[in-house]
Amino acid sequence: MAPTKKKAGFFTNLYRFREYYIMLIPGLLFFLVFCYGPMYGLVIAFQDYYPLKGISGSSFVALKHFKTLFDNPFFLSVLKNTLIISIYKLLVCFPAPIFLCIALNEIKNAKFKKFAQSVSYLPHFISWVVVSGIILEFLSPSRGPINIILQNLGFEPIFFVAEPKCFRGVLVISDLWKSIGWGSIVYLAAVTSIDPSLYEAAEMDGAGRIKRIIHITLPALAPIVTVMLIMQSGKILNDSFEQVYNFLTPVTYEVGDVISTFVYRMGIQKMQYSFTTAVDLFKNIISFGLVMLTNYVARKTNDYALW
Amino acid sequence: MADTAKRKRKRNGEDWFVDILAYGFVTLLSISILLPFMQVITISMSPASVVNKTGFHMFPTQFDFSGYQQIATDPNFWGSYLNTILRTALGTVCGVLVTMLTAYPLARTNLPYRRGLMMFVVFTMYFSGGMIPKYLLVKSLGLTNNFLVYILPCVITGFALIITRNFFMGIPPALEESAKIDGATNMDVLFKVYLPLSTPVVATISLWYCVQHWNAWMDNMLYVTDKAKYVLQYVLQTILTNGQTADMEAMGDMIIHTETMKMAALVLSLIPIVCTYPFLQKYFVKGMIVGSVKG
Repeated sequence: MAPTKKKAGFFTNLYRFREYYIMLIPGLLFFLVFCYGPMYGLVIAFQDYYPLKGISGSSFVALKHFKTLFDNPFFLSVLKNTLIISIYKLLVCFPAPIFLCIALNEIKNAKFKKFAQSVSYLPHFISWVVVSGIILEFLSPSRGPINIILQNLGFEPIFFVAEPKCFRGVLVISDLWKSIGWGSIVYLAAVTSIDPSLYEAAEMDGAGRIKRIIHITLPALAPIVTVMLIMQSGKILNDSFEQVYNFLTPVTYEVGDVISTFVYRMGIQKMQYSFTTAVDLFKNIISFGLVMLTNYVARKTNDYALW
Repeated sequence: MADTAKRKRKRNGEDWFVDILAYGFVTLLSISILLPFMQVITISMSPASVVNKTGFHMFPTQFDFSGYQQIATDPNFWGSYLNTILRTALGTVCGVLVTMLTAYPLARTNLPYRRGLMMFVVFTMYFSGGMIPKYLLVKSLGLTNNFLVYILPCVITGFALIITRNFFMGIPPALEESAKIDGATNMDVLFKVYLPLSTPVVATISLWYCVQHWNAWMDNMLYVTDKAKYVLQYVLQTILTNGQTADMEAMGDMIIHTETMKMAALVLSLIPIVCTYPFLQKYFVKGMIVGSVKG
């Protein structure tokens, strides 16, 4: 429609599409202030930041805080905890929804299936505050069923959340409890797109149920499983503050303190702003690199990525 | 004859094996999800004498609602409940509005600088400034102890925006053009043409924002010290950790919360979720599928 086809200037574009750009203002302002604002605030990782002096008044110390990072005994143990907990979760909480999906797919009783799905999705909608309250009550040494069974078998009751040996287990199991049902949805979506005639044909050819699972259900799940696995391994440094904070007590710091809880304690409570920002930045850079890498791999292997 | 025999063939060992495994696993999972809820409900309505007894507490044997009475008389609890309802309502409405407003121009394929703007949004999903810079920023903006701190810093999410934009991109542009010929403005098009066509995605993102706001407590812990502005989840946390944490002195003026009272508070906080859950479930699931499909 436009008489000339040459590229319009910046202001011409801005004017021609002004109505659209005006609509974008609230949303973009949000991202600019609350997402890019804190990124600007990252400069305090390279400063000795004092709140009274502000960002412009604090002295520049270059990589001082990053150099002390690895000399800090707490940081190393926190990094180790983060990695170990993430790996445990990857090993347990990643395959579980796939098993659930396969099991649900084998259940032919529609009512029971619906009920089980409703029950298993429920914990996803509850905050970690409430979940931790529920789990703590359930693991109580005097009222928790597991402890009562242990006692009946002649063992001492265990205060799971305050026992360093069990603490990571509690984190993994509670994560499993909260996420297994919801996590299965994405796999169920893949399974429901399987043509039912495939199963019938396989049955006609004499394939038993196990064979049908192995040769029909699993191949249908394989692409999405690969993608999810790659994505999950990219998030290995992203610990869950909301979860860990609600379970963590000083007795379990040595095994359960992760980067985010450490940053909160040292940063917000003890006001070591610069050092903790350096810790967070270190984590975020590695995390960003990992996610980019895994996203790239996912795209290459499956022609599928989140975007 | 052979045909019917095949169709109604007897279940063999393998069928039983798979059935037992599948039903067994799913049953076990359902029970292990329900049991903790049952224990919490039972404790919340039992007298102290029963609570302190060692043993299973899956079904209430004696009833005593003093836990609920104690919680009901706690003004902090109801104040925070009201704050959470307010925040959820306001946060969801603002979130959906801003998401739609932002998604609409970004869904136009002829908008100049669209790719750059999308990159601007997507980058925030992969990289963030972290807890401390955000805390200092919110403080310097004077949002601490301000109710707006519950809305502004988390008004929309990049993910919801992208899902909405992808949905909008599926709406034929001819609809917009013909509405404009009839004299409609962009706002008319968005709210009178796009909105009615986008109920699945709008329902989905509303529910996401709703759940996000109902369950939020970190912003309260970080930015709000005024007890009158506390939200439910944070008050629950202080109630639950009362008596366990080292900062007992800080809460010295509060009542020591008994087990029944804590559990009653948990149950009361769960009621809205459990009541709306059956109605909303279909949208949650649909939304997850919308979200998992690449746009």
